[in-house]
Amino acid sequence: MSIWEYANPKKFMRTTTPVLPWLFVSSAVLLLVALIWGFFFTPEDYRQGSTVKIIYLHVPSALMAINAWLMMLVASLIWLVRRHHVSALAAKAAAPVGIAMTIIALLTGAIWGKPMWGTYWAWDPRLTSFLILFLFYLGYVALWSAIEDPDTAADLTSVLCIVGSVFALLSRYAVNFWNQGLHQGASLSLDKEENVADVFYHPLLLSIAGFVILFLGLVLLRTRSEIRMRRAHALRARERRRDG
Amino acid sequence: MIALFWRDLKLAVRAGGGFGLALAFFLIVVVLVPFAVGPEAELLGRIAPGILWIGALLAALLSLDRIFALDYEDGSLLLLATSPLPLEGVALSKALAHWLTTGLPLSVSAPLLGFLLHLPSQAYTLLWLTLVVGTLALSFIGAFGAALTVGVRRGGLLLSLLVLPLYVPTLIFGAETVRRAVEGAETTTTFLMLCGITAGTFALLPFAAAMTLRINLR
Repeated sequence: MSIWEYANPKKFMRTTTPVLPWLFVSSAVLLLVALIWGFFFTPEDYRQGSTVKIIYLHVPSALMAINAWLMMLVASLIWLVRRHHVSALAAKAAAPVGIAMTIIALLTGAIWGKPMWGTYWAWDPRLTSFLILFLFYLGYVALWSAIEDPDTAADLTSVLCIVGSVFALLSRYAVNFWNQGLHQGASLSLDKEENVADVFYHPLLLSIAGFVILFLGLVLLRTRSEIRMRRAHALRARERRRDG
Repeated sequence: MIALFWRDLKLAVRAGGGFGLALAFFLIVVVLVPFAVGPEAELLGRIAPGILWIGALLAALLSLDRIFALDYEDGSLLLLATSPLPLEGVALSKALAHWLTTGLPLSVSAPLLGFLLHLPSQAYTLLWLTLVVGTLALSFIGAFGAALTVGVRRGGLLLSLLVLPLYVPTLIFGAETVRRAVEGAETTTTFLMLCGITAGTFALLPFAAAMTLRINLR
């Protein structure tokens, strides 16, 4: 088994058909357990009160917003190097999901920010770089929809994704020079000392797992509909050729 | 490559080339700002670095779609692609020509407009320096964006949507350097970062632009 086999759309469709319901069901179960556990069975934070519970939506969605772009970058590279057609479509399919995640992260952050920081929005480096990431997503989607020839569109958006990644990273560090931060440090990291307290940590991990699986499911679903659309397009073109 | 460079310069300077339009636009933006925010010298002086940088950035954006679009439409870009000069060289020379006809005049006129906005006197040198260096980066990023959208009809709006987010780091370091100069703070770090971004775009983006041109000419 290798990813190259799945460059064949038929094989990709055959394999993903049985997988898809499992992904959605397991992500639904994970999210349900994580959110109920998080909302009702964790104590309130001694400073933040009950507002701390938005962490179960905010952190996973922010994580996925960045990882969606990373996945698009990898998929774009695979397409550019090896002409893996499904990979290009997966990158296209991931962008709107990434946009949705970015919006969820920004909105939940704003809702939490009002009682805690006293403002919905502040020009804090982290918040600002998320807004910039959102703009990058918009440009990427706009370029996809502007170009008619699918292979050209896939090529150009891949190059944009690579160049955009460099500039998004640059912007992330540039904004640190421009304003001091209000946002707290990382909620999760591999060295344990920085992590949130254990009571919040376990439901958070579950919720993140739920979001990851949900993301995978949505991307697969959208990739499948992209493949079907491409197929319908090809059939229609063949029909026209036969008639005309 | 030098011949191509001169050709682009001449085309830009001649009537209808858009040379001067960017300058006029820059002037108008800067003149409009006091009408919008009020004429207090202190306020204008504080926001002057940002206004001048935003104005220069938008003025440089205006002429971006000319970099490749006209040559693409009349087919000379195809001829250039088949010539012995690699497309990387074409992109480099066109970006440089764009900078020389928009970025450089903009930065030369910026101190004059800074005077209109009561920019504090200690910031003039750095305003000029950051714009000279920064607009070069803007031209290279813009040439890449223009190469991306060359095949799209009426791609002007799309071009701005693609290019403006890429301008963010340049804008931050450029405007931040001038702002720090106004406040009398240390400016070397941010200025060097700006130079680094310009050097990076100079080195890498002609390759990206050439790659997208090849895709578009396929």
